[in-house]
Amino acid sequence: MKYFPLIWATLWRKKTRTIFTLLSVIIAFLLFGLLETVDYAFSHPSGGVTGADKLITTNKYSITLSLPFSDLQQIRSVPGVVAVTWFTWFGGYYQESKNFVFAIPIDSDTYFDYHKDEFIVSDAALKDYASTRTGALVNVALMKKYGWKVGDKVPLHSTIWTQKKDGSLDWTFDIVGTFDVKDATQASAQSSTLLFHYELFDEGRSFGKGNVSWFQERVSDSAKSAAIAGQIDALFANSSDETKTQPANDFALTFLKQLGDIGFVVHAILGAVFFTLLFLTGNTMMQSVRERIPELAVLKTLGFTDGKVVGLVIAESLLLCVIAALIGLGLSYAALPVVKIGLQGVQLSPAALIPGIGVAVILALIVGTPPALRASRLNIIDALADRR
Amino acid sequence: MSEAIVSLRNVTKRYVRGKQSVHVLENLNLDIPKGDFVALMGPSGSGKTTLLNLIGGLDTPTSGEITVAGQRLDQLSSGGLSHWRANHVGFVFQFYNLMPMLTAQRNVELPLLLTKLSGAQRKANALAALTLVGIADRAKHKPNELSGGQAQRVAIARALVADPTLLVCDEPTGDLDRKSADDVLHLLQMLNREHGKSIVMVTHDPKAAEFAGRQLHMDKGALLEAGALAA
Repeated sequence: MKYFPLIWATLWRKKTRTIFTLLSVIIAFLLFGLLETVDYAFSHPSGGVTGADKLITTNKYSITLSLPFSDLQQIRSVPGVVAVTWFTWFGGYYQESKNFVFAIPIDSDTYFDYHKDEFIVSDAALKDYASTRTGALVNVALMKKYGWKVGDKVPLHSTIWTQKKDGSLDWTFDIVGTFDVKDATQASAQSSTLLFHYELFDEGRSFGKGNVSWFQERVSDSAKSAAIAGQIDALFANSSDETKTQPANDFALTFLKQLGDIGFVVHAILGAVFFTLLFLTGNTMMQSVRERIPELAVLKTLGFTDGKVVGLVIAESLLLCVIAALIGLGLSYAALPVVKIGLQGVQLSPAALIPGIGVAVILALIVGTPPALRASRLNIIDALADRR
Repeated sequence: MSEAIVSLRNVTKRYVRGKQSVHVLENLNLDIPKGDFVALMGPSGSGKTTLLNLIGGLDTPTSGEITVAGQRLDQLSSGGLSHWRANHVGFVFQFYNLMPMLTAQRNVELPLLLTKLSGAQRKANALAALTLVGIADRAKHKPNELSGGQAQRVAIARALVADPTLLVCDEPTGDLDRKSADDVLHLLQMLNREHGKSIVMVTHDPKAAEFAGRQLHMDKGALLEAGALAA
């Protein structure tokens, strides 16, 4: 600790340069914290199905392959399954392709039973919805976004489903009510949702009739969800449509992983960032030591050994990198709630930030060692002669 | 004659520059008694700074024996020389060589970082050294807030603070005006006379040399004053 004032003062010898270097390292570690946290979430799912009370059953081989609607009755018959609903991707937009609408054809009874703790919807709206074949319930945020009102007719363009009657991709719905979400963290995920009748959809589509994308189940005892998942999949083993049942959270990860190898992308980005950072910080440290050669020579003149000089330069590098890493990781920790909202179903853990400290130490050693060795090797007489 | 604090026997120093070998000192013999204040004078290239560096343990001879404060410096390793310098010698340079980002007090404390003294003791000793050189009131100032004379006093305080046996001064007044130079030389004289510090000072300035108890002249790597040679 007695060397700290010397190291600290040396670090701030060129304030502007130190601030810019700190900022670049802080931003790198902010990025590290955010990306590693996401990667950690993807590589550490909920630990299997134990503890999950919501399951999702998809085609075993790909979530893009459908399942027969007739599987519903068999799934319902599995002991412990208390609610089942189903989902089919509609892929709709309003007027322009950039106006994505998350339109879901639902069976209102089973859907709201499954999501009973999640949505706020009035009985009057549910009643009007049940009595209107082309009715739609729309999230309040979506209503506000497009200035829709209850009673409006809303045309949506499906990117997949043509209508049996005329081959059109355009589907028109009557807004009969709105819904909101109870959990504020879900607000973003549900902000584009429009619910409409599955019967209308299934009867109206020109192909795929009787098939759904996946089933969603709620179980009575989450401790038994692993066994229940196994029983569901066993029902369809060796059939033409084998299933894969997993916790809803894990399914969200699987869904996002369809985008690509998240871990590879994350580490490729971080690799590029830290490779650049190595040169940036390394150059700064080299320049800093070059400028201080006479001062380092004075320290050696006073009796500082080569080892102590190496220690001082390495310590300076460590101080710079670790301080910046702590700030950057702290900022990424503070940003976790925001990231969590953006990645529904992904559980983020601060544990992913811990390796960041190790990375900071390694970075400091790599960028600090060459100038430290240079400082230790300098000849006192030659170095002092620069000033004479 | 009192005990010699510096003793050189047949010291030769040769530098190799490319394919050329440059002989800077040739078979030099010298004794400096403890408590002496010696001025080393001579033209540029005469070898006086090389001699000073050898006495201060900053450099090692190509051949010969150098004994300072009872220690054979020519037999010490680089690390051994570092430890020896920390304990036995204080350096004063022409351009002060203070750390620009540290206050005067912190600069003076630097040699004490190599000791086991506590922070409070280091601070007290640094302030005592600054008081001795008459500049305690500037303890919290950084070098760029000091005049040349004040900066050199801080440098002298730094050289003194670990209570070294020997002070090695390389053109300590070379960057100062006459008044400041005289003040610094009076200070060195006081440290020699009242505190018994042995001082070896390189200077071009005959007036500065007059403050020393003895003057040695060098030319072409050899000492000219016969009296300085060991009997």
